[in-house]
Amino acid sequence: MTTEFWNGNRAAAEAARQARVQVVAAYPITPQTHTVEYLSEYVAAGRLDARLVRVESEHSALSACCGASAVGARTFTASCSQGLQLMSEVLYFASGMRFPIVMAIANRTLSVPVSIWADHQDTLVNRDCGWIQLYAASVQEVYDLVLMAFRTAEDPRVHLPAMVAYDGFILSHASEPVEALPDEEIRALLPPEPPHLRPLLDPNDPKQFGEVLFPDFYPDIEYKKHRALEESLEVMGEAFEDFHSRTGRRLSPVETHGCEDAEIVLVGLGSMMQTARHAATRLRAEGTKVGVAQVRVYRPFPDRDLVEAVGGARTVLVLDRDIGYGSAGMVYPDVTRALYHAPSRPDVLNFIVGTGGKDITPKTIERCVELGRHGYRGMSVFWPDARGPAEGIAYTPGVKA
Amino acid sequence: MTVRLKDLPTEELLHKGNLACAGCPEMVGFRHVLRALGPETIVINATGCLAVITQMGVPKVPHFHVLFENAPAVVSGIDDALRVQGRREGVNLLVVAGDGGTADIGLGSLSGAIERGQDFVYVCFDNEMYMNTGGQRSGTTPYLARTTTTPVGAESRGEPRTEMRRKDMVEIAVAHGIPYAASASIGYPLDLVERVEKAARVRGPTYIHVHSPCPTGWGMDPAKTVEAAQLAVKTGCVVLYEVEDGKRRITRGVARRAPVEEYLRLQSRFRHVVADPVALAEVQRGVDERYAALLARMA
Repeated sequence: MTTEFWNGNRAAAEAARQARVQVVAAYPITPQTHTVEYLSEYVAAGRLDARLVRVESEHSALSACCGASAVGARTFTASCSQGLQLMSEVLYFASGMRFPIVMAIANRTLSVPVSIWADHQDTLVNRDCGWIQLYAASVQEVYDLVLMAFRTAEDPRVHLPAMVAYDGFILSHASEPVEALPDEEIRALLPPEPPHLRPLLDPNDPKQFGEVLFPDFYPDIEYKKHRALEESLEVMGEAFEDFHSRTGRRLSPVETHGCEDAEIVLVGLGSMMQTARHAATRLRAEGTKVGVAQVRVYRPFPDRDLVEAVGGARTVLVLDRDIGYGSAGMVYPDVTRALYHAPSRPDVLNFIVGTGGKDITPKTIERCVELGRHGYRGMSVFWPDARGPAEGIAYTPGVKA
Repeated sequence: MTVRLKDLPTEELLHKGNLACAGCPEMVGFRHVLRALGPETIVINATGCLAVITQMGVPKVPHFHVLFENAPAVVSGIDDALRVQGRREGVNLLVVAGDGGTADIGLGSLSGAIERGQDFVYVCFDNEMYMNTGGQRSGTTPYLARTTTTPVGAESRGEPRTEMRRKDMVEIAVAHGIPYAASASIGYPLDLVERVEKAARVRGPTYIHVHSPCPTGWGMDPAKTVEAAQLAVKTGCVVLYEVEDGKRRITRGVARRAPVEEYLRLQSRFRHVVADPVALAEVQRGVDERYAALLARMA
């Protein structure tokens, strides 16, 4: 193992190179672009035997990956934000066709107002398209999760596409030390080509693909797809075990810090959970027992892991770096659903933070804890870092316009 | 080399029976295109009538129904993947789409695939409207044609966009510097087969625009599909030509063009035109202009 100093985009590209992707199709968009530039360099330098499809849109990027996957090639793409939205139609096509495509996403919000900065709006609005969704909290995790994504997506028990999401700029552009595996080790982790257990487009074995299904049979196929995604959690668990035995790094669907005796547990995705750990340590020193549960595998949603992580805490604070307009943050309903039947059934409150790239500092997290520490008091969704409009209406108690 | 009837490949690559309307031109065209390409062919089918009427395993070759606008991108991925896998040789990649999937929603994707120089044969079956959804106008609908979205009424005479501004897909492909492009018609199957065979021999992108009169959409007797297709050529509404490395050549010339009325009166979508001498003269003038402009470009 070597220690490298990589940014998130480089880590994703290196992992894809080591996975020996055969076809890469992508379109530039900030802050993802470097990922594809790195891969282009690897191909140009002869370090990667792949074809790059330099497409004219993200819609075509994912479509080209679908074509490559239909003949059994290992494929990779990267995108985010508007680009991911343009792909939206193809996301469902890819999962319906059960193509094990892997996509790296440097999270960025959606326009308008225009912003190139991070939040999870782009991937969360696409959470229900039948893809595995993994969220990294560090550059090391970006690298590890891209490898795990290939391994899980291509497993014959799964055969579904996977996205690895990491916060734009915060992780995509910031460099951190990364423990990288040697190429030989990756060969043991991943077969040279995806296992071809499904029919492929092949003139020697003609089949028809992407066809109409009448209503009587539709639920059967939907159920199978849903189950395959649910069961991918177990397959991923095996992959995480194997990864641990080779690297010593333990990955889990929900990463916990100080949850064992916590009265308040913070739940959320991505790099802000590192900040949450920092804040939790400080709050503990002041006597508030705060734990942190970082949801790393978001689709399939790891109900059991989350219930275990929360344990006997009386209050759960869900941090959402996104907003489901007119309802709540988008992670919040998953957490409330999972905890509704939990033995302790804690109060669950929602905090909309850091949208459009607004910095989430330890102070932001402390503010959430301050607002939520007494549990439910008639209000469940808070906007601690939003200022009220000019009329002076505050969105959140204590926040001045 | 001119294809004669006895040269036609005899292997049928479509199973008997399909879901098409009576007199469907697309099944006729698809059948000949596949015969020309042979069994070592993978078909990528954009959403449209053809994708629907070939359901339940009609083609004997691999058939991949993709989305409406992404078939050229999908074929790009297949082309590149087969190269990396060392399996590209000897396989024809055929994209089939309608005029909506080609000239409208899929134009960007097609443009990208041609510009990148991907290796495929693209066949557009042009019935001049969206027939899979019941007959809306498209970028190739002719001037004054009645469709469900360009009805004829007190304030409307049908499709308002003039003949000269109809999307000309062969010329759009040629503007990309495509190595081979051609127009063809389901009314002239030997010519169609010859164009497809030629396209298959070219390395790189090729485009064939196949005129396909649709009895259901155009309000025609289903027995007249082929007659309408031939009249379109004889009246100069459709010009059969090919473009090889930028050089245009008429592949099936017309010595003396028949009046467009002969073609229009087979179709109820032009009933209001045939009944109105002024409108009829306008349509004739549009066709003449376009015909002259195209002929002026020939080598």
